[in-house]
Amino acid sequence: MNARLAAAGDAPLVNATRFRQAHEGDWERLEHIVTRMEKRSIRSLSDEDLLALPALYRTTLSSLSVARDTSLDRALVTYLERLCTRAYFQIYGVQTPAWRQLTGFFARDWPEAVRALWRETLFCVVLTFGAALLSYLLIRSDPSWYYSVVPEGLTQGRDPSASATFLRSTLYSKEKDWLAVFATFLFTHNSQIAIFAFALGFAFAVPTVLLILYNGLMLGAFYAVFAAKGLGPNVIGWLMIHGTTEIFAICISGAAGMRVGLAIAFPGRAARMDSAVEAGRTAALAMAGTVLMLAVAGLLEGIGRQTITNDAMRMLIGTAMLAGWLAYFYAWPARSRVSGD
Amino acid sequence: MATRALNIRSLRRTFITPEGVDLRLELGSGGSRAGAFLIDILLIVIALAVMSIGLFYVFSATAKAGAGEGGAGGIAVLWLIGSFILRNGWFSLFEMGSRGATPGKRLMGLRVVARDGARLTGAAVIARNAMREIEVFLPLSFLGAQTAEGTADTFLVIFALVWSGIFLFFPLLNRDRLRVGDLVAGTWVVRTEKAGLSADLVGSAMRPRRAFSPAALKLYGVYELQTLEDVLRNENPEAIATVARTIRAKAGLPDDGDDYGFLSDYYAALCAHLESGLMVGRRRENKFTDH
Repeated sequence: MNARLAAAGDAPLVNATRFRQAHEGDWERLEHIVTRMEKRSIRSLSDEDLLALPALYRTTLSSLSVARDTSLDRALVTYLERLCTRAYFQIYGVQTPAWRQLTGFFARDWPEAVRALWRETLFCVVLTFGAALLSYLLIRSDPSWYYSVVPEGLTQGRDPSASATFLRSTLYSKEKDWLAVFATFLFTHNSQIAIFAFALGFAFAVPTVLLILYNGLMLGAFYAVFAAKGLGPNVIGWLMIHGTTEIFAICISGAAGMRVGLAIAFPGRAARMDSAVEAGRTAALAMAGTVLMLAVAGLLEGIGRQTITNDAMRMLIGTAMLAGWLAYFYAWPARSRVSGD
Repeated sequence: MATRALNIRSLRRTFITPEGVDLRLELGSGGSRAGAFLIDILLIVIALAVMSIGLFYVFSATAKAGAGEGGAGGIAVLWLIGSFILRNGWFSLFEMGSRGATPGKRLMGLRVVARDGARLTGAAVIARNAMREIEVFLPLSFLGAQTAEGTADTFLVIFALVWSGIFLFFPLLNRDRLRVGDLVAGTWVVRTEKAGLSADLVGSAMRPRRAFSPAALKLYGVYELQTLEDVLRNENPEAIATVARTIRAKAGLPDDGDDYGFLSDYYAALCAHLESGLMVGRRRENKFTDH
């Protein structure tokens, strides 16, 4: 094109021509670099291109400003707009490498997010145990309540009419096969529920609260059945080995859902949208981590509980896990502040 | 351009870079969003099917080799984790990458961006995609489970349809085409298009140009100029003939038989005329405003 212009010989008639002549090379080089970055990655650039990128980006950006003010060539302005947008995303949208994101998540972001949700988490824990106590008291006074709390599919014969021997056998059955499959199934199933608890929070937290409440009711109902046959401590051990981790995780994801719902319902001084976004991001971080907790819980339940049948050992593991999580979430801050980048 | 940006129905949004330039991002339309989602769902289903068939072959092979239940168990674990990641990780993992888009979004030329112009964080991506659980998967799985048990009654079907309807059409009910997930995560979906630099309409002429009287150049404004630019770039003979006829009639010029040449000369002259106005701060927006 430049050659043809030179052949024409005249001074350019409109600004677009003059402008294209002066900067077309820069734009095309930037476009080439950006395309390369989009197709592969920033690592595929030569040192020379990498050094030239910021300057080319700024040149093109100022070309866009000038073109908008002085040129009426719409195709040119559109081209520059799109090129600048692509370059912007390549330059400012750069993600930190995956491993940095992961270490940052575990060292700082996740515990901080969980800590920020401490009120909601505490509320969920209280709600769970309140509901458990309620359903325990109800079933102790009238065992028929059991059938309205626990769905039939889950009982597997563990209901108030079952014999103590049968109930005892369910606590200490030593399965050898399919342990890993069982653990994985528990993990994926519970994680799905954790994600639900988060997402349901959008409806002003009501469904999330119901979910947590129901979880507590079931817990109390199971305890009531076993406690009536004198197997109270045994079932506590059976539940604790994985339950401390699992219930904690469910409470955190419930707390995450509540935070989103409450931020939308009661934004306080912030604009409703801003309040929702801030809550949404914190809550999503906290919820994402519970997937890991539930993986641990799945292993403890699917494998640990099937191989360890000693009540004291089960309780010890459960307590140690709880202490570990508490220390990680709530005693970690001193170190994270220093290492923050 | 300015009028389009001011138009409240337009999908253009102000987006200022740290250098202080407004990129005027264009939001993805409802149709392209839906298209991207359908492509992604299709890809997930295909991936799930390929994974299942692949694992089934591995299972048959290990069964023959006598690996027994251990092998089958391992395959079941792989399948469970694989389908969990496909369902919950497909959107998030792709959007956390440097492209900020799932394969479906890439095909439709879309990208997820933080509304405040900051970097798109993992937290925002997780938040926007976890919300899909209540937007899509919840009503579907609810309906699926009830249908499987044969207990899905009319009321339930209507409820599921209304529920998903509200969330499905949510992006069309707000100005910024936000999904519930976008709303909570503080993101929006914008178009990223590639466009090559098209040829210069004015500079490429290598012959003496027609001259126009000042009266002929006062007929039109920027809007008409840019419409003429589109006509010239599209090179549709019928449109060129019609436009040339109209302009000649308005300006009172004779027909010289070269419509394209006439129009490109007129474009160049009008463009130069209007640009000289710009230099002194007079922008004539269209033929109805006068300067």
